Amino acid sequence: MSSQSLREKSSPLLFLMPAILIMAFILLVPIIIGLRLSFFEWLLRNVSDDPIFVGLRNYIELFKSENFRTSVAVTIRFVVSVVVIEIVLGLVLALLLESGLKGLRFFRTLFVLPIMVAPVVVGVMWRFMYNPAYGKINYFITSMGFEPVGWLSDPNIALTSVIIADVWQWTPFVFLLALAALQGVPQDLSDAAVVDGANYMQKLLKVKLPYIASIIGVTAILRLIDAFRSLVVIFNLTYGGPGVSTEVMSLHLYKSAFVSQRLGLASAIAVLLLLLIILLSLALIISSLKNKEK
Amino acid sequence: MIMSLLTMKRRQQLAMVLRYVFIIIFALIALFPIYEMVATSLKNEVDAFSIPPKWIFKPTLKNYQAVLFEGKFFTYFFNSIVVAITSTVISVAAGALGAYSLARFRFTGKKLIVLGTLLMRMVPPVILVVPIFLLYNRLGITNARMSLAMVYVALNLPFNIWVLRTFIMEVPKELEESAQIDGCSHMLTFRKIILPLIAPGISVASIFTFRISWNEFILSLVLTNRNTRTLPVAVSLFLTDTGTEWGKITAIATIIAIPAFIFTFTAAKSLIMGLTAGAVKG
Repeated sequence: MSSQSLREKSSPLLFLMPAILIMAFILLVPIIIGLRLSFFEWLLRNVSDDPIFVGLRNYIELFKSENFRTSVAVTIRFVVSVVVIEIVLGLVLALLLESGLKGLRFFRTLFVLPIMVAPVVVGVMWRFMYNPAYGKINYFITSMGFEPVGWLSDPNIALTSVIIADVWQWTPFVFLLALAALQGVPQDLSDAAVVDGANYMQKLLKVKLPYIASIIGVTAILRLIDAFRSLVVIFNLTYGGPGVSTEVMSLHLYKSAFVSQRLGLASAIAVLLLLLIILLSLALIISSLKNKEK
Repeated sequence: MIMSLLTMKRRQQLAMVLRYVFIIIFALIALFPIYEMVATSLKNEVDAFSIPPKWIFKPTLKNYQAVLFEGKFFTYFFNSIVVAITSTVISVAAGALGAYSLARFRFTGKKLIVLGTLLMRMVPPVILVVPIFLLYNRLGITNARMSLAMVYVALNLPFNIWVLRTFIMEVPKELEESAQIDGCSHMLTFRKIILPLIAPGISVASIFTFRISWNEFILSLVLTNRNTRTLPVAVSLFLTDTGTEWGKITAIATIIAIPAFIFTFTAAKSLIMGLTAGAVKG
């Protein structure tokens, strides 16, 4: 009997053990290593030497560094632009497809495709599209009579090019979530509005949007987190260039570690990025809990 | 009266047509870059670079031949397959076990584990690059396919636990209770009752894990060498190498995208379930 109850007690942990061990060893331990390393100076090329403790010097250096501040500014411009554009476009698309349209299933499947494509492939694809000599985008633009654009070579435009690629890939995600939310709007609610004489706009603003607002909010935070994490498309599309005009924080982190070879400084960037993401994640968790209570 | 009814109908028809026009424009925008990539991979050099573009061309497999039979394509392809499949199997198995525990048992520290898992899900891979590189170096396990696969196992675990947990919670408890009265252990109940019933969840988790592992770039770039490198890294190096061999580059990129095409057209329902699970449900 007692061995039976012992087994009862230990089994939840036994079932969890593989997952916990793997996550502890490969996610938690490295995060702690990184946190510690952010207080040290350690060069990749002298990685056999011992790291030197420098206290907060890496963080102070970051706040003074022009390059880091630029990367923060670039990141914020990138993140805000993509999230706003994707939410608006995705919502419009969802409203267009929402009801009474034949082929909804087909279009919905079609819009999943960009999300599925590997970020590396997205980078390759758009790099070819933006190519000044034989890219199709400049071909379309010039055949309509406009001047060709230096999509990847003009420091004032490169960030826009990166934003377009991200909007292309992730608007469908917002669309899918908005569509799911709209299909959850109770039919009697919108019928009642029609009976009361509401036109389409009124129905949209007074009934539908308030109903789906919370899901759109969660979607926005999800996209926000993802946009702060995004790296691979930019890595392969511009590698941060021209100059540092598209160097987002995550790319700055990578370059600090593997180009400048300063592992401590890179770790300090990692800690700041992680803090930001934890804050956003907590906001996400709280707002989805609120949704659940409703 | 009849007139106004007619115009009303007209207006609705017009609105419908306009909606289709918009949707088709959006669909063309969504598809064009993908089409362009695939088409370029099937063009010979002259057709690929001609301006005005050749919309109608004679497809050739020359680029694919070059990619497949020159260089180390098969090594990279094999690495990608091994890493993606291994990490999918382990991550989904460990995730399902963990999810069962979190869905069905009460124990101290459970809330902490759930919250921790949710937070872990958001950790950007780039943050792990430096510490895992150092950790693996210290342990002498860099440049091994299995070491890379284990990172992907860990990165996907939070999502898998979380998706599978929602599926398990929907299984009626009575089924397990009657099995346990018949003397089944938890493990047996899990295998014989839970697993078959959450098969759709297993497929969502497997597709997403496979996708992340197959597509992942930055960790693979740092943690592999020329023998263990995966396809995304290979194509990226191609990109910086020459910059002109677009035929070959788009051919490899298309090959990388094949699983994405297959999943989209065979398992769209699972994909949409997995993508929307985060916000709409749970």
